[in-house]
Amino acid sequence: MHEASITESLLSLALEKANEARASKVTRINLVIGELSGVVGDCVQFYFDAISKNTIASGAALSFETKPVSLRCRSCEKVFSPTNHEWACPDCRETGVEIVTGRECYMESIEVE
Amino acid sequence: MSIKVITVGEKILGANEEKAKVNKKRLDKHGILTINIMSSPGAGKTSLILSTIKHLRKKARIAVIEGDVASSVDAEKVNALSIPVIQINTAGGCHLDAFMVEPALDNLPLEKVDLLFIENVGNLICPNNFALGEDIKLMIASLPEGDDKPYKYPAMFADTDVVLLNKTDLEPYLDFNTNAFKKVVTGLNPDVIIFPVSCKSGAGLEAWFAWLESVLKGKKSK
Repeated sequence: MHEASITESLLSLALEKANEARASKVTRINLVIGELSGVVGDCVQFYFDAISKNTIASGAALSFETKPVSLRCRSCEKVFSPTNHEWACPDCRETGVEIVTGRECYMESIEVE
Repeated sequence: MSIKVITVGEKILGANEEKAKVNKKRLDKHGILTINIMSSPGAGKTSLILSTIKHLRKKARIAVIEGDVASSVDAEKVNALSIPVIQINTAGGCHLDAFMVEPALDNLPLEKVDLLFIENVGNLICPNNFALGEDIKLMIASLPEGDDKPYKYPAMFADTDVVLLNKTDLEPYLDFNTNAFKKVVTGLNPDVIIFPVSCKSGAGLEAWFAWLESVLKGKKSK
């Protein structure tokens, strides 16, 4: 359900940027979404199609670039993908880890006419 | 007509973060310590708030904002203690955001408040992504949920300042491994403070109250 508020935010951001550029139509919105962000693309597209009607972004394609989760070992700094339930560093077995990627939730660009 | 690409490079929830800063500034002006309480449904958010009110109400003026998908049962429990409380019903929404908190602040006697608890909607997926204007993010994890929750909701555990590990009175009946839980949480979040407590028996709550009182004093002296 958080997709509804995320979609409202992204529509208003896209319209703001399009208006600043004096564009007449938004054709594509390029988004970067991490696996841990909890955002379901299909859900966002569904809300977007509904709430963008009667705006210059109506009919715009949403493009989602999904970022996988990667972790950095706090001890040896190796960056790795979590593959097990221990989330231990494959090199030094340390369990202290920092989330490097996977939490992204931003608008990279918009394409306008 | 030719297509033009406009670089944006901004967080989708940037507007919420700006509104949260406005809320925070307003709360700071009144010297109010604000705690955003997050957990899964049934972990003990309301129980913790009620226990803390009973212990601290003579030392601090407390107010509560209750966030729920529907109903006002939690707000009624707080109201029964004669504490100012505002109910926000999110009408299906799974989290509170800064825009919902702003009108709630309009309806609280902020000049008469030292400590504000904001009870978020019970959910471990997204509330941490929506700043409200709080000083402290607090999570409650409870033993019946299992010690593997930090693997399933790592971002929640990585963002929080404090974890209350509730329902320790059930330890003899469950397979919850407290050391394994602490290890993964502190691995994700080395600065986190963990208080094992039982809101039912009261075990461990003294340490939480003492910590909270010291943070309240720190906020007042700012």
